[in-house]
Amino acid sequence: MCISKYLIAKLKCYMKTRRDFIKISALGAGTLALGAGISRYTFGSTVLDDLLAMTGGGKEKLHRYPTYCEVCFWKCAGWAHVTEDGNIKKITGNYDDPQCNGKLCPRGTGGVGMYNDPDRLKTPLLRVIKDGKQTYREASWDEALDFVATKMSDMKAKYGPESMALFMHGSPANYLTHLMKAYGTGNMAAPSFAQCRGARDVGFEATFGESVSSPEVTDIRDTRCLVLIGSHIGENMHNGQVQEMSQAIDNGAVIITVDPRLSTAASKSKYWLPIKPSTDIALLLAWIHVLIYDDLYNKEYVAANAEGLEELKAHVVSFTPEWAYGITTLKPDLIRSTAREMANAAPSTIIHPGRHTAWYGDDVQRTRAIAILNALLGSWGNRGGIFFKEGIKIPEFPHPEYPKPAWTWKDLLNGNYPLANEAPTNLVIEASSPAGGQEAKIKGWVVAGTNLVSTVPLKEQFKKALQSLDLLIVVDTMPMEITGYADVVLPECTYLERYDDIRTTAHREPTLGLRMPAVDPKNQTKPAWWIAKQLGERLGLAAFFNYKEYTEVLDWQLKQVGSSLAEMQRIGVKKIARKTSPYIEPGTPHIFKTASGKIQLFSHELAAAGFDPMPLFTKHPEPEEGFYRLIYGRAPMHTFSRTANNPNLVALMPENSVWVNPQVAGIWGFKKDQYVWLKNQDGEISKFPVKVRLTERIRWDSVYIVHGFGHHHKPLHLAYGRGANDTEMITNVMIDPIMGGTGMRGNFITFIKDDPRKETES
Amino acid sequence: MRYAMAIDTRKCVGCSDCVVACQTENNVPIGFCRDWVSETVDGTYPNVSIELRSERCNHCDNSPCVRCCPTGASHFEDGGIVLVTHNKCIGCGACIESCPYEARYSHPDGYVDKCTFCIHRVRKGEKPACVSVCPTSCMYFGDLEDPNSEIVNVLKNRKFKALAPEAGTKPQIFYLV
Amino acid sequence: MKEELFVSGRNIPNIDPYLHIWHWQIPIYLFLGGLAAGILFLAGVYTILGKEKEMPATVKWAPFLVPFALIIGLFMLFLDLKHKMYFWQLYTTIRLESPMGWGAWVLMIMTPISIIWSASYIREVFPNWDWKFKFLYTFEAWVIRNRWYIAWPMAIYAVILGIYTGILLSAFNARPLWNTTILGPLFLVSGMSTGAACIILMSKSHEERRIISRLDLLFIVVELFFITHMIMGFLAGSEVQINAANLFLGGQFTVPFFVFVILLGLIFPAILEVLELIGYKMPIIIPAVFILFGGLIFRFIMVEAGQITRYLY
Ligand SMILES: Nc1nc2c(c(=O)[nH]1)N[C@H]1C(S)=C(S)[C@@H](COP(=O)(O)OP(=O)(O)OC[C@H]3O[C@@H](n4cnc5c(=O)[nH]c(N)nc54)[C@H](O)[C@@H]3O)O[C@H]1N2
Ligand SMILES: Nc1nc2c(c(=O)[nH]1)N[C@H]1C(S)=C(S)[C@@H](COP(=O)(O)OP(=O)(O)OC[C@H]3O[C@@H](n4cnc5c(=O)[nH]c(N)nc54)[C@H](O)[C@@H]3O)O[C@H]1N2
Ligand code: SF4
Ligand code: SF4
Ligand code: SF4
Ligand code: SF4
Ligand code: SF4
Ligand SMILES: [Mo]
Repeated sequence: MCISKYLIAKLKCYMKTRRDFIKISALGAGTLALGAGISRYTFGSTVLDDLLAMTGGGKEKLHRYPTYCEVCFWKCAGWAHVTEDGNIKKITGNYDDPQCNGKLCPRGTGGVGMYNDPDRLKTPLLRVIKDGKQTYREASWDEALDFVATKMSDMKAKYGPESMALFMHGSPANYLTHLMKAYGTGNMAAPSFAQCRGARDVGFEATFGESVSSPEVTDIRDTRCLVLIGSHIGENMHNGQVQEMSQAIDNGAVIITVDPRLSTAASKSKYWLPIKPSTDIALLLAWIHVLIYDDLYNKEYVAANAEGLEELKAHVVSFTPEWAYGITTLKPDLIRSTAREMANAAPSTIIHPGRHTAWYGDDVQRTRAIAILNALLGSWGNRGGIFFKEGIKIPEFPHPEYPKPAWTWKDLLNGNYPLANEAPTNLVIEASSPAGGQEAKIKGWVVAGTNLVSTVPLKEQFKKALQSLDLLIVVDTMPMEITGYADVVLPECTYLERYDDIRTTAHREPTLGLRMPAVDPKNQTKPAWWIAKQLGERLGLAAFFNYKEYTEVLDWQLKQVGSSLAEMQRIGVKKIARKTSPYIEPGTPHIFKTASGKIQLFSHELAAAGFDPMPLFTKHPEPEEGFYRLIYGRAPMHTFSRTANNPNLVALMPENSVWVNPQVAGIWGFKKDQYVWLKNQDGEISKFPVKVRLTERIRWDSVYIVHGFGHHHKPLHLAYGRGANDTEMITNVMIDPIMGGTGMRGNFITFIKDDPRKETES
Repeated sequence: MRYAMAIDTRKCVGCSDCVVACQTENNVPIGFCRDWVSETVDGTYPNVSIELRSERCNHCDNSPCVRCCPTGASHFEDGGIVLVTHNKCIGCGACIESCPYEARYSHPDGYVDKCTFCIHRVRKGEKPACVSVCPTSCMYFGDLEDPNSEIVNVLKNRKFKALAPEAGTKPQIFYLV
Repeated sequence: MKEELFVSGRNIPNIDPYLHIWHWQIPIYLFLGGLAAGILFLAGVYTILGKEKEMPATVKWAPFLVPFALIIGLFMLFLDLKHKMYFWQLYTTIRLESPMGWGAWVLMIMTPISIIWSASYIREVFPNWDWKFKFLYTFEAWVIRNRWYIAWPMAIYAVILGIYTGILLSAFNARPLWNTTILGPLFLVSGMSTGAACIILMSKSHEERRIISRLDLLFIVVELFFITHMIMGFLAGSEVQINAANLFLGGQFTVPFFVFVILLGLIFPAILEVLELIGYKMPIIIPAVFILFGGLIFRFIMVEAGQITRYLY
């Protein structure tokens, strides 16, 4: 294989400064599995008796334990099936769980790979200097925890507790948030805001007073018309949505997909609108124009529930399909006929709000336009549109009141991003390096369950922050890139080996879901609740962790809502009957959660904050000759970077490829599956080569790659050096002025055919 | 009884859940597979179409793999399921060469392995692992001789095709188009 | 543009190479089988014709190679098996539809016949040979007396074996390149030709070499005719068969096929043999070696190329 020679290309100079990036493999031998590449494919070929499986199977005794999946944030409930000798054989869905209906997605089914991955973190690691070089040393938990607690106490004494920030995602977030609040800081940031659904939530809150949450409250199952603006359901494998889209197809619903790429969803759509990237707002405005001026909107609904129609009508008067044609490259009659399809099906029409909406920096305005379309069609609060969720609230386990921090991330805003209701990661990262002669306000990080290195763009900002940090603690399950920067690495066990908080989903019906360990934690790994509790006790915060085992908390909480741990261990998921209607009751006026109680077609809130009260199209730069817009998305069998080393899932898709239209490939003389390097507008070159996929599924002006590949941390034996990393290429970020989201699709790449590092390397 | 599968290409999203589920259910070693997903893209931008298909052994009615097997390891079970008895198989590879669908592979332990239609589950009244996991519910499994079965129903109401019928094997996996 | 790819499963290194399941062992097995068939056929025929004296290499010396060829051939088949411990299963079942099984049984019969045949001549080659047991001498005498009767089934079985080496491939409809009935006769004549070449190499009698050479020329002409016929048949067939033929007509096997098999393996030795027949002095060993070499390459190419040709993907 020709790639192997690129794989050995040396990685140099991550940080020339104080905190060197350490490859965890530099550790003492024996702690990490050896051998790389293809040979490792055969790992885990558990020579279980296949014959048994064939001839009755009943002989293989399995015990099942309830869990909910942590491979993405949809949190499907399922069962981990354990063999008598303590191996997790398979994970299947829980049929009582409305979030998955007994079917996990490929990543959830392949979740066993997270547990089996031989590259997992195994013991706590401490950064030490040995022979003048920074390296990691294995440490006992006591040693590592004492070290962290001492450091954090010092930080508190020296700079105040607010100098610590927490970056988190997924289940470990809760315990560490609790710890950090008890410690006295309010600086918590998750990539799910600024890099993901923040813009959408703010846009919908500005319009309807509330967001569509997660799992999204879109009634796809019963819809008659589903409009996807970039949302690539089917590749975006959020389980419930995929299942419901399939039901919608069975029901003959009209699907309209707007995407510069023929996404899987687009291929199942009646209409595919291959829009020029970055011009969606023009299309949305033209649709609004058609709905209003062709008299197609839901007049009754709008009259009863919305305000600002007159302003909107005047606003869109010139935004005709003909106007939009020049911008989007979509034919006017296509724009008109799709608008008519939406209106015909209304109110059972969904203009999908999307989820990852950090695109072009005007993302709140784009999602506002989407929200307005939904309002005009009357879909919010109607069957087949967007329903009202109902959940169940579990009381917090009793604990003392949190101290009040002297300042929080909100004080870092300086009047920027007025509608940010969660901390944008980049804001906290920026505040972690000195600026304008001022000391950095944030001096230490705890990072749990997020691989900031491949998650948050703007790596210069990131590197600057790392240089000035006093302390960086990483809680992770895998030796992801972020662990290479840590002072202390605390290895968490996987979701299959631990208890976690009760899942309390608000959706069509309230449910409770339990995750319990199916097997004991491997090696020295520990659950995050235990880590938080241990640190809390060492920091003198024992009162906040007033239990011995987390099962006490869970049992107490479950008993408050009429269940118990014992019951949940048996059933895994408990459904609770709904008390409110999921739709607007005919004849009863609905009060929206906006200031005026009405849908805001014209946003007073935005106007007051100095922004356009109604969405406007702004033109974004376009690629120069020889460059192509870099767009990215998901592959159904991977989740970001967290599955990039999962043996089961790597076997399905070992690397990403760059999608190139054959016409473009013709100009470059590309052959199928040829490896090339990517270079962006700022001269940034991809670390590894990536395969060219010649495909008609994409426009001429764009290229596409799946996010989550191109790992450069060698201890990730399967992931290392495979494919290209989109985050690396995202050096131009368009920050949404309304909420601080990081628009990441304004980057342009060109190709390099020969190894750009060959000459300089030798 | 004649077991068969119908797979709706209009709903399949190519997620490969069927592949992983088969792997964990049947202990297929990582790096091998009994089922796989293919994608055919046709046309020129912007008039492009995609067909996604989850493929596996077709449990052919007229199966060359059974015919060519020198030891009788490849054989028919009730319901037309084609199976390989591992400890009768000598690993000669004839069946691999004989299958126009390339549905068989050589297991690292030496014998030839392939889809069993999850006979161990089917006998217990469950659906095959791949069918039961499919998030889009695009796979139908059942008895073609039972006029009330779901599979007969969808085949009656939808247009379908089989793969490489010209190979003459009478495949029993149908693709709804 | 039409694009076909595997989303998952098949695009992994362990699968596709493993589907290409037959490697060097099978072509050698087929080659040795064909060679043995050729020799035994000619030995049988000339015995039936009562020409033992004139054709000593054909009837006596060359058959000594056959038991070795067949045993090595069987060993090749054994090497090809991936589940070797279960080898014996081959002989617990008789499955007439299975060419593999068929081959195993034909060899099972041919090998003892060939051994017995050669054994009956062994004391002509090694006059000091001692059978040790009386009954062996009795048996030898019986064989020698009945050679003419043994020659019949031997020649017939040899034809079956020769055809079988082709049928092993042509039974696989799934490989369009093999899916032609002509493969049986083609491999048969090719086997005859390699058998003849062996005899030519071993014969010390000019007359015998001349006779076999002339026969061989006939085999070569028939073989060329069959090959042409095969390719024409493909070209008149379905799309997959046209693709199969194209492997030899501009595709990746064109050069080895035309250079090694057609030119060096058939036409070149044929020319030499013609020259020899019309009176030019030729080193007789050259055409024979080329024929053997061409026959071996031919089997390698057919096995390799056949596994590439498919109905799908
Ligand atoms: N398998 C899998 N599923 C996942 C995840 C995962 O990691 N793996 N992650 C989950 C998470 S957290 C999220 S946030 C979601 C994200 O999933 P979505 O919200 O569906 O993601 P999108 O931002 O819509 O981005 C992907 C699509 O946008 C298209 N696109 C690019 N530029 C433009 C443009 O200018 N206009 C338009 N209209 N389309 C454009 C791309 O071609 C691609 O098809 O996925 C979730 N589901
Ligand atoms: N370029 C680019 N950037 C993006 C996106 C994109 O599409 N392109 N998508 C954005 C979106 S939508 C989102 S939501 C974010 C997601 O961003 P992240 O959540 O940071 O995504 P991952 O890369 O999966 O990183 C998860 C980390 O959690 C670790 N982990 C997994 N399970 C556990 C566990 O049980 N415990 C602990 N402690 N750690 C665990 C993994 O090993 C990994 O290091 O990325 C955003 N950033
Ligand atoms: S959608 Fe898939 S990965 Fe996400 S929680 Fe559900 S099963 Fe797990
Ligand atoms: S699981 Fe279902 S949707 Fe996914 S690839 Fe397989 S058949 Fe298609
Ligand atoms: S698909 Fe192949 S392996 Fe399966 S029955 Fe048909 S010929 Fe045999
Ligand atoms: S490999 Fe096994 S199953 Fe296949 S033909 Fe040979 S003996 Fe039969
Ligand atoms: S039926 Fe069973 S063995 Fe066959 S592909 Fe599906 S899961 Fe695998
Ligand atoms: Mo996200």
